[in-house]
Amino acid sequence: MDNAAGTPMHPHVREAIIPFLKEGFGNPSNLHQFGKITNDAIRIARENVASLINAKANEIIFTASGTEANNFAIKGISAANKKKGNHIITSEIEHFSILNPLKSLEKSGYEITYLPVDKYGLVHPDDVRSAIKPTTILASIMFANNEIGTIEPIREISEIVKAKDIIFHTDAVAAAGNVPIDVSTMPVDVLSMSANQFYGPTGIGALYVREGIRIMPFIEGGVQEGGRRAGTENVIGIVGMGKAAELAKTEMPQRLEHVRKLRDMLCEGLLKKISNIYVNGHPANKLPGHLSICIEFIEGESVLLFLDMQGIAISSGSACTSRSLKASHVIMATGVDAAIAQGTVLFSMGIDNSENDVKYVLEKLPPIVERLRQMSPLYNRKNNF
Amino acid sequence: MQYSAKVMDHFANPRNVGEITEADGVAEVGNPACGDIMKMSIKVKDNVIVDAKFKTFGCGAAIATSSISTEMIIGKTLDEALQLTNKAVAEALGGLPPAKMHCSVLAEEAIEGAIDDYLKKTTGKGLEKKKTHSHDDHHHEPDFHP
Repeated sequence: MDNAAGTPMHPHVREAIIPFLKEGFGNPSNLHQFGKITNDAIRIARENVASLINAKANEIIFTASGTEANNFAIKGISAANKKKGNHIITSEIEHFSILNPLKSLEKSGYEITYLPVDKYGLVHPDDVRSAIKPTTILASIMFANNEIGTIEPIREISEIVKAKDIIFHTDAVAAAGNVPIDVSTMPVDVLSMSANQFYGPTGIGALYVREGIRIMPFIEGGVQEGGRRAGTENVIGIVGMGKAAELAKTEMPQRLEHVRKLRDMLCEGLLKKISNIYVNGHPANKLPGHLSICIEFIEGESVLLFLDMQGIAISSGSACTSRSLKASHVIMATGVDAAIAQGTVLFSMGIDNSENDVKYVLEKLPPIVERLRQMSPLYNRKNNF
Repeated sequence: MQYSAKVMDHFANPRNVGEITEADGVAEVGNPACGDIMKMSIKVKDNVIVDAKFKTFGCGAAIATSSISTEMIIGKTLDEALQLTNKAVAEALGGLPPAKMHCSVLAEEAIEGAIDDYLKKTTGKGLEKKKTHSHDDHHHEPDFHP
C-alpha cells in the first residue's frame, strides 16, 4: 500500500515495451526504416501522454523523471523570463524537487514567496492574489500533494495568476494519471508528470509546456524534444509512458472508484479500531487512494518496520525524504504538533490492492500500535493524568 | 537505508521495556521535534546497576539502542556504565546508518542522566562533569526549511 512511492508496472505496459527491447534499436533520428519504427512509436506515445491532460502532442517534452520535469520548469522559466522580474510564488508544501531548485534560485538573486496552507493543506487563492508583485514572473503550486493527498484549487489559482499575465506551473506528478486533468479548460501553462505514478516505467516523466510559453532548454545538444531537452530518446521509457497514459485515461473512472472504496474502508476501520489517530489532508478534495494518518504517542518509522515484518509496505511520509529525521514539512505546514507529526504513516492504494489487503491491515495494525504505545513514555504520561 | 540484523532483533524483541517502580535513578532525554524521547530508569545496589528499564518514543534505531544499552549496563558498576560510549552501543548493534547515530548518543545521555539522578538523590550532588557531546554526533541529514 505504498503506491505513492511508485506504482508497479501494468502488464499491458510491459507488453508494449517488450518489442522495443527486441527490435526497436533504431535511433529515432535516423532516416532508415529502423529509425522510422521508433520514431512512430514515440509520436504515438506523445499523443497519448498529451491526450491524458487534453494537451497537444507538440506541447509534451519527455524528461527522465518527475523531478527533472520540476527542475526544468523552475529553472527554465525563471531563466527565460529574467528580464521581466525575479519574483516567484510557491507553497510551503511543495515537493523537494520544487523547493530545492527554488532555494538555489534564491541564492542567485530571485525572491521566493512560500505561501502557507490551512489545516487541510489547501493553498488559499486569496493568498496567491495578494502575493503577486509587479516583478512576479512565475507561480508554481502543486496539483495534489504527494503526502497528504490534498488537491489544490488549481483552476481558481491559475485564473488569478493568468489574469496578471504571469506564467503558471503545476507539479502534477502525484495527480496526473490518477485524477482527471484538462489543460484545455484551465489556464495552466506548464505541468509536470511522472510515468511511475500511473503504472508506467520508472526513469521517464514529461513536462507539458503550452505553446508560446518561454522556457530555456534544460539539456543542450541535438534537436530532440524540440531542442529543449536534447539527447537520444529513452524509447522504452517513452513507449511505456505512452501506454500507461492511454490505459490511465480509459480506465480512470473504474480505477478511481476502486481505490477510493478501499481507502475509505481502511480509513473507517482504523478510526474505529485505534484511538487518538488523526486523518491528514482535505476530507473531500483528496487523491482517491491516499490515506495519511497521524498516530499519537508513537513514531511512524517503527510502525512501518513492524508492518513490513507482516508483509505490508507503507510509507512514513514522502519516500524521497525517508532518510531525513525531521517530521515532514508538509504535515508541519498543516499545523500539526511536532510530536504528533512524528507518528505519520501514509497508505496509498493502487489498482492491485483488494478488500482482503485492507482487512489484513485492519487486523495487523491495531496490535502493533498498542505494542509501540506501551513502549512509549508519552503514552504512559497521558495515562497518569 | 537498511538496519543490521541485530538492530532488527532488538527492535522486534526489545529487552527490559518498562519502568522500574521505586527506581533509584530516572532520566528522560530527547525531544519530540527531533523524533526521539528516551526514558531510562535504573536500580542500584552497592554501586552496581542491578536493573535497568526503558521506554522510548522513536524510530527503530532508537528502540534498538535503548534495548541493547540496558543489557550492556546491567551488572556494571556506575563508573563502568559511565564509560559506555555511543560508539560502543552502535558497534554492539552491528552498526547504525549514519543518519541514526544520534540515537546511540541519546542512549548514552539517558544512562548518564539516570546515574546523575541517582547520585543527586543519594549524595545530594550529581555528576561533577557531564560528558559533552559534539554536535557532529547528532548527525542530521541536510533538510530543507522554507
